[in-house]
Amino acid sequence: MILKQKHLKTLPLDLMILPGLIVIFIFHYIPMGGIVIAFEKFLPSRGIFNSEWIGLDNFRYMASLPATFQVIWNTVFISLLKIIVGRIVPITIALLLNEVGSSFIKRGVQTMIYLPHFLSWVILGGILVDILSPSTGFVNQIIGGLGLQEIFFLGDKNWFPYTLVLTNIWKEAGFATIVYLAAITSIDVSQYESATIDGAGRIKQAWHITLPGMLPIIILTSVLSLGSILEGGFDQVFNLYSPMVYSSGDILGTFVYRLGLVDFQFGVATAVGLFQSGVSFILISLSYFLAYKLANYRIF
Amino acid sequence: MKKNETVSRKIFVVCNYVFLLSLAFICLCPIINVLAISFSDQAYVSAGLVKLLPKGFNTKSYEFVISNAEYLRSMLVTIKRVVLGVSTNLILTTLIAYPLSKEVREFKRRTFYAWMFMITMIFSGGLIPTYMVVNQFGLIDKIWALILPGAVPIFSVVLMLNFFRGLPKELEDAAFIDGAGYIIALFRIYVPISAPSIATIALFATVNHWNAWFDGLIYMNKPQNYPLQSYLQTVIIERNLEMMSSLEIANIEEISDRTQKAAQIFIGTLPILLVYPFMQRYFTKGIVLGSVKG
Repeated sequence: MILKQKHLKTLPLDLMILPGLIVIFIFHYIPMGGIVIAFEKFLPSRGIFNSEWIGLDNFRYMASLPATFQVIWNTVFISLLKIIVGRIVPITIALLLNEVGSSFIKRGVQTMIYLPHFLSWVILGGILVDILSPSTGFVNQIIGGLGLQEIFFLGDKNWFPYTLVLTNIWKEAGFATIVYLAAITSIDVSQYESATIDGAGRIKQAWHITLPGMLPIIILTSVLSLGSILEGGFDQVFNLYSPMVYSSGDILGTFVYRLGLVDFQFGVATAVGLFQSGVSFILISLSYFLAYKLANYRIF
Repeated sequence: MKKNETVSRKIFVVCNYVFLLSLAFICLCPIINVLAISFSDQAYVSAGLVKLLPKGFNTKSYEFVISNAEYLRSMLVTIKRVVLGVSTNLILTTLIAYPLSKEVREFKRRTFYAWMFMITMIFSGGLIPTYMVVNQFGLIDKIWALILPGAVPIFSVVLMLNFFRGLPKELEDAAFIDGAGYIIALFRIYVPISAPSIATIALFATVNHWNAWFDGLIYMNKPQNYPLQSYLQTVIIERNLEMMSSLEIANIEEISDRTQKAAQIFIGTLPILLVYPFMQRYFTKGIVLGSVKG
């Protein structure tokens, strides 16, 4: 067979890959070169090559803005909270779903909780702004009905980060259970049988067999999520935030957007973006390395 | 097992069912509420009387949205985008996944190419340089600005190449003996038997293109080129933010077009709801890998 394959030239394989390569070269590699803007006093009229080189001035300016550190803190805080809650809730739901005997109910519940994942943050944002409104919203009517003080979820800077975490759970928790449910199904059934013979109850079985069986996948998803710590969820924040909550809800992505495409400070915006990409690069590389070491995970 | 079921186990099972079903219900509530608002009479909506069922049922807001030229125009942009974008995604994904599914000893440059694609996942030039490249290539206000920057969905490539790897090698070898080359092997053998996995990728790409809004917002200068989600972003979200910051002056007009906004939201969601049952069939396979990738 190897002899037979000798006449096969691999040139067609190169040709197949070429269009994709050109696309990523233009839209991913050229922009990587574009980060020199971060070191320039960039003026669109003069272009990348003729704008004045100012070294680290953009970074110094970035560091001098009080907002920068607040924004970095917000991003990390929101991301970490999302990562933690985003493990606990789906794992719990997966464990509970696993106890459901009727496959009709199991599938029905799954179908309903996956749905928000497939809707965009524009749509969900539109829905949330309506239902969370303090005066007319559905949620505050319920809160008011219980005799409690209405909550301005999207306009109160103390509430806003938690609103982000909660609404993100609404969108993603159901979908995230898929991977944990798959992990549960791959656990060896004989372990439960012998545990039953030994007299272990359901709770003990869940604690001593199911959870440890899920542990590799829990570690893997957690490790991989480290790479997104400077993410924070741009789409979500962009569609839910307002100047009232910038102090607690503005994240790197939205900050770069406003600096660059609203205020047209291209150099500074690129510098902040480069900071974000640089730190993310380290985190993502580290997370892939750890995932490879701990779980033998490979992308390609 | 059944005989040993204790009372506490029964109580747990019942509580579990109740809990999960209410959870599922709560997940859907916001969507049902908006749907109810879209079919209700404005007077009931402003009075805050609409919960999960429409009050004063009518379809006026839908009639209004459907007769809105801008809404329809942006819908057309989206349809164009989905058709072009999904086909581009599928073609490129297949063409990249096949060579990358080969072993290094068969295709020496595989490692180099795999790294080229891998690097784009771990480092990006960021928003501003990407915007400038799109601008430099004269793509502003062109539909291709919404398609080319995301034309290579790496996750789909990984999904596809793993699928190709799982196929029996003998199929291809038989074709090679008959004198076929790689190109024929890909299009005559691999593509036809990969229909399920191509369908999965197509569904994902459709949802992605349907839902994408930010690229439309930044790459389209003229609002008439906005795809639907970008249009909705500007009419629903941005106006709402204004309303929130001047909350005290709760503008009557703003409140009364809640039904209209709800109708716009719902029509914008409808295609996703329609393909959703099909997604269900396909996605669980691919997802295990996908969610892990996060």
